[in-house]
Amino acid sequence: MDIFFQQVINGLVQGSIYALVALGYTMVYGIMGLINFAHGEVVMIGTLVAIAVTSSLIGAGVPVAVAGLGGLAAALLVCMALGWSLERVAYRPLRGSPRLTPLITAIGMSIILQNLAMIIWGRNYLTFPPLLPKINYEFAGAHFTLVQVAIVLISAAAMSGLVFLVYRTRLGMAMRATAQNPAVASLMGVNINRVIAAAFVVGSALAAVAGVMVGSYYEIAHYQMGFMLGLKAFTAAVLGGIGNLAGAMAGGVLLGLIEALGAGYIGDLSGGFLGSHYQDIFAFIVLIVVLMFKPSGLFGEKTGERA
Amino acid sequence: MLEVTGLHVAYGGIQAVRSITFHVNEGEMVALIGANGAGKTSTLKAIARVIDAVGGDVHFCGEDITRIPPHHVIRKGIALVPEGRGVFPRLTVAENLAMGAFLRHDKAEMAADLDKIYGYFPRLKERAAQLAGTLSGGEQQMLAIGRALMSRPKMLLLDEPSMGLAPIMVQKIFEVVRAVAAEGMTTLLIEQNAKLALEVSQRGYVMESGEITLTGESASLLNDPKVRAAYLGE
Ligand SMILES: Nc1ncnc2c1ncn2[C@@H]1O[C@H](COP(=O)(O)OP(=O)(O)O)[C@@H](O)[C@H]1O
Ligand SMILES: [Mg+2]
Repeated sequence: MDIFFQQVINGLVQGSIYALVALGYTMVYGIMGLINFAHGEVVMIGTLVAIAVTSSLIGAGVPVAVAGLGGLAAALLVCMALGWSLERVAYRPLRGSPRLTPLITAIGMSIILQNLAMIIWGRNYLTFPPLLPKINYEFAGAHFTLVQVAIVLISAAAMSGLVFLVYRTRLGMAMRATAQNPAVASLMGVNINRVIAAAFVVGSALAAVAGVMVGSYYEIAHYQMGFMLGLKAFTAAVLGGIGNLAGAMAGGVLLGLIEALGAGYIGDLSGGFLGSHYQDIFAFIVLIVVLMFKPSGLFGEKTGERA
Repeated sequence: MLEVTGLHVAYGGIQAVRSITFHVNEGEMVALIGANGAGKTSTLKAIARVIDAVGGDVHFCGEDITRIPPHHVIRKGIALVPEGRGVFPRLTVAENLAMGAFLRHDKAEMAADLDKIYGYFPRLKERAAQLAGTLSGGEQQMLAIGRALMSRPKMLLLDEPSMGLAPIMVQKIFEVVRAVAAEGMTTLLIEQNAKLALEVSQRGYVMESGEITLTGESASLLNDPKVRAAYLGE
């Protein structure tokens, strides 16, 4: 029982990170039918920029809290600019080309960004400076930390902000209209290019927040970290129904829970043959099962609607 | 008000519109009729910049709009009600109407226009909070027209508003089209239903395989033996 509750907490924390990243995939897919495989790398760049800025601020004697905020601000700026540039440079020129073309470009962009990060930050693991005091809580036999609480709360706040943007603002309405019928949205005076760019920028802002959170959670970062995180967040988006915001959030949290519970019980399940470091397989089992039995995902409308 | 000169539209090798010239005067309702595939929709799409013209030009209120960005067309005062309605299915009726006023900021005037549209189509008011995709075809057509009016356009382009609708619905929608025109709205109406179109309009053009083959007062086109034979089933 203890381990169950403990793993639920761990799963929620990991899941809210997946959810933030999954939203970036789903927003871009919803608006233009593109899977931006470089999105995981945007998260990685966010983490590494945050490390660089935070560490140097701390080194300069700035208080940790201020340095952390500075790191977050820098990550937000860099990631948003990166998302905007990806769309502008890599995807916009390919608009209207066959589906496979932008997909391969996305994979290419992901490789370029990884290499760029390797050149800037090197091949070694970097440590993320602790931003919050190490406070532990105990509840019903389960332990959790201040960082975990902060991750869940900040994710919830970021997601509420996104929901507000999409459902309560003029830009959000233009985004939804563009996702449903770009030609008609354009007749209404919506500048489609701007709306698509906005989807990339907003998704990248969420990626930056996620990047800072993963960094402070694991206290470690690496130029290849975006790959697995991106793949899992993509899985979460597919699980929820790609293109659907609520689906990405639910899919993220659900995937986090499945992984955590899977990791908690995999030893028992396999008679001690597999250890908890096999937790990654659950994400891919989920991906395969969803694609086989319900490719539209939990919240998705029928598939094949997007070009 | 609208001057189309030598307009040419092609899809790859398919010549959809072959150098047509026509105009619509201010305050006038003009019908563009023709069989399926004649090139009517392509003509409207080229005017509204949904597609690029291959040749020719389009002037509106004296200004060349042939190559302006698509999202600037509504700014010039042209609102297209597209073929097949093109409502946003997962936006509510109210949000669809708000999209029509996307570029407007005059809150009070917008509210007045909304009231007016709800007055034309009380059904839309009843269904304001419903997703547009759940409306019937006729209601979607009402919504598409209401949405276009919400931009407070100088000119309406209507692409087959009667398509696929029951006669009673067609009647309701054309009552509003007439009422809007009676208030001075410049309108270009495309229809396969030639009789209806020629009855509500002042002038008409007949389009065949991408070319305008006949033009005149709507009343005289209605009595033209060729038109009667080809489009009125006589
Ligand atoms: N997207 C398209 N691609 C290729 N051909 C098209 C396309 N749209 C229309 N056409 C062709 O252009 C011609 C005119 O079509 P259209 O303008 O839709 O006519 P109408 O509205 O009068 O029925 C037809 O031959 C049609 O098949
Ligand atoms: Mg047509």
